[in-house]
Amino acid sequence: MSEPLLKVENLKKYFPVKRGIIEALRKVPVRYVRAVDGISFEIKRGEVLGLIGESGCGKTTAGRTVLRLIEPTAGRIVFDGTDITALSREELRPFRRRMQIIFQDPYSSLSPRMKIGDAIAHPLLVHGLAEKDEAKEIALKMLRRVGLTPEEEFYDRYPHHLSGGQRQRVVIARAMVLKPEFVVADEAVSMIDVSMRASILELLESFREEYNMSQLFITHDIAVGKLIADRIAVMYLGKIVEIGPTEEVLKNPAHPYTRALIQAVPSIARRKREKKLRITGEVPNAVNIPSGCRFHPRCPLADELCREREPELVEVEKNHFVACHHPLR
Amino acid sequence: MLLEVKNLSVYYYTLSGVVRGAEGISFSVREGEWITFVGESGSGKSTVAHAVMNLVPSPGRIVSGEVLFNGRNLLKLPGEELRKIRGKEMTMIFQDPMTSLDPLRTVGDQMVEAMTVHGVEEAEAKRKAKELLERVNLPGDRFNYYPHQLSGGQRQRVSIAIAMAFRPKLLIADEPTTALDVIVQDSIMDILNGMKEEGTSIYFVTHDISLAVERSDRIAVMYAGKLVEVGTVDQIVENPLHPYTKALIEAVPDLWKEGKVRAIPGYPPDLRSPPSGCRFHLRCPYAEAGLCNIEEPEFREVEKGHFVACHFPGVWRK
Repeated sequence: MSEPLLKVENLKKYFPVKRGIIEALRKVPVRYVRAVDGISFEIKRGEVLGLIGESGCGKTTAGRTVLRLIEPTAGRIVFDGTDITALSREELRPFRRRMQIIFQDPYSSLSPRMKIGDAIAHPLLVHGLAEKDEAKEIALKMLRRVGLTPEEEFYDRYPHHLSGGQRQRVVIARAMVLKPEFVVADEAVSMIDVSMRASILELLESFREEYNMSQLFITHDIAVGKLIADRIAVMYLGKIVEIGPTEEVLKNPAHPYTRALIQAVPSIARRKREKKLRITGEVPNAVNIPSGCRFHPRCPLADELCREREPELVEVEKNHFVACHHPLR
Repeated sequence: MLLEVKNLSVYYYTLSGVVRGAEGISFSVREGEWITFVGESGSGKSTVAHAVMNLVPSPGRIVSGEVLFNGRNLLKLPGEELRKIRGKEMTMIFQDPMTSLDPLRTVGDQMVEAMTVHGVEEAEAKRKAKELLERVNLPGDRFNYYPHQLSGGQRQRVSIAIAMAFRPKLLIADEPTTALDVIVQDSIMDILNGMKEEGTSIYFVTHDISLAVERSDRIAVMYAGKLVEVGTVDQIVENPLHPYTKALIEAVPDLWKEGKVRAIPGYPPDLRSPPSGCRFHLRCPYAEAGLCNIEEPEFREVEKGHFVACHFPGVWRK
């Protein structure tokens, strides 16, 4: 089998919690938010890994740390055979072009004072890949490619002239203009109307085919994950609790948390609700992580073992891993 | 009938023109039912919800219509009378509870005030506030918290607890779960369902039609400022008659549906100059030139309780 394009090993990101002056004087030790607490995964060329979890689970930090937009606390990131974890800014530059990010909020990720055509041409100029005229031409083509036509007209518009769905198309065009090999899409459709999500996902899918592009697709919506991901990783409080092929994870979720997530998703096709695995409460704060299995305070199946020992990821089915003492089978 | 809305129109008088946010809207809400309004951003679903409370924000104005709540037209009621009804008999919760909670005062304080303002004794209000917090599954100590100390889901629970205080006849919930995670969303929906079981009519607003089907009795679909289809959940889901409703159902990512989702081509129109004829005709695969682009379809009852505004309802089945 070929080398994965991206390999992430035991990645950690801890953020120090600010101490007040009194705490500092009393030498109260600095505490840390363990946003990402040792995650490992691989993504092959052309593969989409869906990273699923609730707010506060660390999925966004994970995505940014992988791209080194946030510096990791520990662990290794290997991109196309090169360990990029410790590269300097200068050394990282050629990799930046090959790895892009699409943010959640199409309202704040575009400069309000830049014409959208110029915004799409901009990365080409920054990376010295095209002269001004050529960049403009490529940007026009890109506008057409993402469905913002007539492209000449759209080129001169400003973000505030566009709807949320149209802006997200611009954001995607801007990321795609460099023909990246890997993209982190962070809640790329969450702020868009449900009715528009399918068309944005289709657009991303078409770029994956054209560029053989890999994606880390971060979302809280497992139904969106189903549409786009080849494999799904479920994150809870900084850890991956389950990872496997999309179909397999959705049909036979092994972690109680995954099952709860699946059952909480509203659905038209499943009108009459099945019996639920009830979980209550919300994701705890990542400063005070529960002992043992992090999910045990909310888990209906938790026992003494779960409170004491943290479960490791083990393979329950081919390529399907779960970190649970009592996996559902 | 608890609520009857007749021929309601709301316009926004902006610097760049008059936005026809909602036009000619008529529907009713029965006692103890859950009705969900579904539509894309800009469809007017939130505008209508605010108009029912007579709370349309500037530069919006209700230009015509009646809102009859228990037979009384809220749009004609003097302010004092209206305030007696709002917050007590009918109440509203919003997508972002921070817009309705005061950041400088504790949760308990605000809950107590919401009751004393309608004449409840303070001691009684305090006792009741703690009971209400429990009912929305919040620990009693949250009484002394400030809103910023709570998560988004907990804040929404507080705003629901306040809304519950008087067992209102009508609760208008404007996208209350849109900013929340699915598990939290599910529990908020359960709480609203509990209110319904105690007799409160739920008027729910969402852009996500899949959220509508599990707990609603009826669904109302809005498009570009118009009501295009109203019916029971079964009628809307099993037998949609408006091409937009059909497209909306097919466009939703759904865990339990096999096969692909189908995106709706195009974008909703600019409501400063809405399309002539049927407002959906530009995006409609079944539109017929000479009719749909010229004549506006009438909103009419095609089977019992099932209303639609389309020249060719359910045409794809023929």
